[in-house]
Amino acid sequence: MRKGVMRPGHVQIRVLDAEAALKHYRDLVGLIETDRDEQGRIYLKAWTEVDKFSLVLNPSDEPGMDFMGFKVVDEATLVQLEQDLLAWGCPVEHIPAGELRGCGRRIRFVAPSGHTFELYAEKEYTGKWGVTEVNPEAWPMDLKGMRAVRFDHCLMYGDELAATYDLFVNVLGFYLAEQVLDENGDRIAQFLSISTKAHDVAFIMHPEKGKFHHASFFLETWEDVLRAADLISMTDTSIDIGPTRHGLTHGKTIYFFDPSGNRNEVFCGGDYNYPDHKPVTWAAEQLGKAIFYHDRQLNERFLTVLT
Amino acid sequence: MTDTFEMTELVRGLRFNCASDHSLLKAMELAGKRCIPVGCRGGGCGLCKVQVVSGEFSCGPMSKKHVDEASRRCGRVLACRVYPRSDLSFEYRPAPELAGTNNNSNEVM
Repeated sequence: MRKGVMRPGHVQIRVLDAEAALKHYRDLVGLIETDRDEQGRIYLKAWTEVDKFSLVLNPSDEPGMDFMGFKVVDEATLVQLEQDLLAWGCPVEHIPAGELRGCGRRIRFVAPSGHTFELYAEKEYTGKWGVTEVNPEAWPMDLKGMRAVRFDHCLMYGDELAATYDLFVNVLGFYLAEQVLDENGDRIAQFLSISTKAHDVAFIMHPEKGKFHHASFFLETWEDVLRAADLISMTDTSIDIGPTRHGLTHGKTIYFFDPSGNRNEVFCGGDYNYPDHKPVTWAAEQLGKAIFYHDRQLNERFLTVLT
Repeated sequence: MTDTFEMTELVRGLRFNCASDHSLLKAMELAGKRCIPVGCRGGGCGLCKVQVVSGEFSCGPMSKKHVDEASRRCGRVLACRVYPRSDLSFEYRPAPELAGTNNNSNEVM
């Protein structure tokens, strides 16, 4: 049941070299730089996003994800969800408005999987970048690189998938869109959605808590994914795998790494869901096909290389 | 002006050349050799950690989770961030805690 969580709003990623990271996300992925702060953090957004930022690059000596934030519909919802988190047994931390420039107060919590998440209701509305609100053109002419359309989702690796499911579904109002079950019927992967999208956040079972697999950005077409692959080669960017198609979600995809080793995905297509859809299930014995639909073979790097 | 140095992996006895503006890992990939598993190539995941046994090198930024200062000083570093300044010899051995999951890494990549 919906609880007022609206959509993925931002992800803060730790990077070893801020300028190298900026060049990667701005010039290759095609995000727009929107701000910087006194901590040295760099704020970016994809051009179709209406709020000020969706990606924050945080200079650090250890790459990985600091947190992922979801926007909720209003302040009353934020107040209610804080109570619901506490009632469930999940401690929360209050982050004051303005700690991220242009973002209202945030409620921060750590999921049983070890990942830090945030909820917030307000962020500066800057509108779509490069197009007018009235009579908008189809797209801005001066986009760079892959011309990412939006920040779409993240995939997390960690343990306690069942408790994490309970928190996201029963407290935050996500639903299970797709899953992988092992031979005992235990869920080893869960793709959770808060919208009609195939996933807004996903978790895969892993013995170490709090690991980051990738942040994903949406592209419109398969041709855009192939063009992204060209750009990855042109810039000698570290590639992981693709272009290919996933069995899970059926998205068409390519994976690569930022200069600090954080994995990125750009993808197009994929399944959609409505509330009357049942979860899609894959058996773990078909995991190769579930992850890489064409090769039908697991790639060790995709499963074990994390930040 | 880039110099070229000879890299020697001691466990398998593999040799390949590395230009001074290439990382040890990139040179291995370019040479088509397989003695170090290839992960993120960005100093983040720690998969390509090697022990440099002899030779001079400089390092790019690496995650402190995988290479702390002590580790860096004694040459346990990530091959994707090692830039040779002389001929190098090094060893790659799978980390004990990853031995179970990375057995196939050299063959897969």
